[in-house]
Amino acid sequence: MTEVERHSYDVVVIGAGGAGLRAVIEARQRGLSVAVVCKSLFGKAHTVMAEGGCAASMGNANAGDNWQVHFRDTMRGGKFLNNWRMAELHAKEAPDRVWELETYGALFDRTADGRISQRNFGGHTYPRLAHVGDRTGLELIRTMQQKIVSLQQEDQKRYGDYEAKLKVFAECTVTELLKEDGRISGAFGYWRESGRFILFETPAVVLATGGIGKSFKVTSNSWEYTGDGHALALRAGADLINMEFVQFHPTGMVWPPSVKGILVTEGVRGDGGVLKNSQGERFMFRYIPDVFKGQYADNEAEADRWYDDADKNRRTPDLLPRDEVARAINTEVKEGRGSPHGGVFLDIASRLPADEIRRRLPSMYHQFKELADVDITKEPMEVGPTCHYVMGGIEVDPDTAASSVPGLFAAGECSGGMHGSNRLGGNSLSDLLVFGRRAGLGAASYVESLERRPKVADADVTAAARTAVAPFDGARDGVAEENPYTLHTELQQSMNDLVGIIRKSDEMQKAIDKLAEIRRRICGVTVEGHRQYNPGWHLALDLRNMLLVSECVAHAALRRTESRGGHTRDDHPQMDAQWRNKLLVCSVADSDEVVPDVTIAAKPQEPMRQDLLELFELSELEKYYTEDELADHPERKA
Amino acid sequence: MGYQAKLRVWRGDDGSGDLQDFTVEANEGEVVLDLIHRLQATQVPDLAVRWNCKAGKCGSCSAEVNGRPRLLCMTRMSIFSEDETITVTPMRTFPVIRDLVTDVSYNYTKAREIPSFTPPEDLKPGEYRMQQVDVQRSQEFRKCIECFLCQDTCHVIRDHEENKTAFAGPRYLMRIAELEMHPLDVADRRNEAQTDHGLGYCNITKCCTEVCPENIHITDNALIPMKERVADRRYDPIVWLGNKLFRRNGG
Repeated sequence: MTEVERHSYDVVVIGAGGAGLRAVIEARQRGLSVAVVCKSLFGKAHTVMAEGGCAASMGNANAGDNWQVHFRDTMRGGKFLNNWRMAELHAKEAPDRVWELETYGALFDRTADGRISQRNFGGHTYPRLAHVGDRTGLELIRTMQQKIVSLQQEDQKRYGDYEAKLKVFAECTVTELLKEDGRISGAFGYWRESGRFILFETPAVVLATGGIGKSFKVTSNSWEYTGDGHALALRAGADLINMEFVQFHPTGMVWPPSVKGILVTEGVRGDGGVLKNSQGERFMFRYIPDVFKGQYADNEAEADRWYDDADKNRRTPDLLPRDEVARAINTEVKEGRGSPHGGVFLDIASRLPADEIRRRLPSMYHQFKELADVDITKEPMEVGPTCHYVMGGIEVDPDTAASSVPGLFAAGECSGGMHGSNRLGGNSLSDLLVFGRRAGLGAASYVESLERRPKVADADVTAAARTAVAPFDGARDGVAEENPYTLHTELQQSMNDLVGIIRKSDEMQKAIDKLAEIRRRICGVTVEGHRQYNPGWHLALDLRNMLLVSECVAHAALRRTESRGGHTRDDHPQMDAQWRNKLLVCSVADSDEVVPDVTIAAKPQEPMRQDLLELFELSELEKYYTEDELADHPERKA
Repeated sequence: MGYQAKLRVWRGDDGSGDLQDFTVEANEGEVVLDLIHRLQATQVPDLAVRWNCKAGKCGSCSAEVNGRPRLLCMTRMSIFSEDETITVTPMRTFPVIRDLVTDVSYNYTKAREIPSFTPPEDLKPGEYRMQQVDVQRSQEFRKCIECFLCQDTCHVIRDHEENKTAFAGPRYLMRIAELEMHPLDVADRRNEAQTDHGLGYCNITKCCTEVCPENIHITDNALIPMKERVADRRYDPIVWLGNKLFRRNGG
């Protein structure tokens, strides 16, 4: 039998970003023993890179704000494909989740009367984002990390051991979820440091692994974003939805090449920054789509007045939802009005005094100064779209975050539905808090309801260990040896070029063919050296997950013959009301394959509850819905 | 534009190791971490390096470049001449795991020893009121990305393993200052800063401030004010007299 370190917990949370940490806090406060497993050191998760803020309708900056307005903005941003129940819970609970962070010690920027300051962001009607300069994600992570330390200190006082009931397993990767009779029984993985195997015996697993950005060449995402949770869930029998919707953030750095893709916060535009093309034109006024006509300023004078008087003026189209802005930039560059390094200009220097820029956007100032030799208080930045977020993910019950596999829960970016076809900026940090907490509660209630705990089968552990070390065995069955770094680069290039921001049927087919080729070659991946802190081996294992989620994205994108949110097709440029109601569901057959075949099936969404539907005017709904769907609307009947 | 850069990288584990020479391509705008990644992809696939965001925000890729503690992702190749050999070694203060990766668990141990934020008991969520000027002081310290370069460079522990038990290091002394200056924290942390966390070991040489990639004024804004507060508390003649008078009553 393989040598495996064994641990037993009530709940195991995979991922230590915002959603994971919030789930840990909730499950521990319910009295359960909890392990949190993360690929990086504790406190380094991708959430630290979130800049602009956390959306919550506290109404501190504009008293007109409330959950209904936030709900409407979220549904519009997602082009009405969102899971409306998730959007409702999110809008209602976000303020409480933000205030709760203050009791953990968070220090947000303040209003003049001492409350939490809120800033403007794309697609949000009112200033709504609680923030700390442009490092809000770091504040969230650190706050919850420190809350977890305080829970450990309480356990130390009570049990004499900091880790009696809550332990962080840092630099540890889970490669397999284990089940007994269809229920979760455990999770298997390895310590990155030593390569030794580790087994968690647990009835409940919360996936909070984030996104899939490392399948694309130009991305704002860190190396951890390899779709682990998406792939683990699929292989355990859960479904993914909305995988065709990938958000390209309009403003990533474009130069120098080594930093291409690094995020430039939307807060630059929220605080007054404007987009310009090579002719100095503020081009966004030409890109207000029909569904948003009337909601945005159509001239510069009104747009500029809006910053000071939002009630009497309409907002600037620089702050349209991200999908719209990214497409506009793409078009400007394609039509020859781009900046020297293939982006457009983002100008804050001519809009705010230098001191104010450094105060409000310190890490942007620092980032451009250090990495690109650009002083953003004196000259414009060059920016272009970068792969930023996947709207698609594990299909969950909105209230409990439970997937279709008993014992398996998911929250944050790796779950799907909340953001529909496009996420609004600022709605990610609030999503993490709201659904991280719900996943912790959901998992706790599930564990408490169990009469007996599922058992881990020894044979499953042996099989998982064999699969994990396969890359050391060398190529088999006449397959050529492959370098994991080379295969990864080829995968990223294909996804970037062929399933990127603008998609075409023949290109997506080419990507699917390429992925099939990589699928054949991946059996030949061979790594050198031993299991102790071996990045080549780590990549070889992550690569399987990236391939599986890339196939989901490419196949679902080919199937959806319309353009909506984070899915834009050159050959089907219009939004189609017949598609609004359809979700594309990805699943895999039960198999021993490391990268099993993906099946895509369409299914209808549950219709929106009537009281929520009535929050919208009929004239707006008509832009998205079919005639049949609106037959019962009160305005129609009247 | 590109050239062949000379890199000397420490390779080994907790048992033994040595500096190894490599020649690797460098392109315009690149940072040292780009070259380490290129080495992994083309010459030494098992070269161990810790990294994460590659944007100076997570503080994972801390190491020493030509002996100076730095983030590999924020060290531009353009600060070196093309014929210079660039030496990359792991942080010296922490035990090596493998190659450029060190065991930084000392820091997590110290983090757990600092008493947590203690809010007033009667304050409900949503009722917190603080002024920007008051939160700003602690906010500066909360910019910390926990890269541990200040811990690495601090001479109290850099070559003095024996001080590690008694000394929390600049990062965690700054954490005490942050909580002490938090407008709503009700705990008094002054005595323990000295007795339990080793504030007295710091002799304000400002090495920590110099290496901080976030440019936090650790010494001037956190450590010195903290020392002043401790002095006020511990050496206040009235407090001293009170302690004398009431000690026998168990006060």
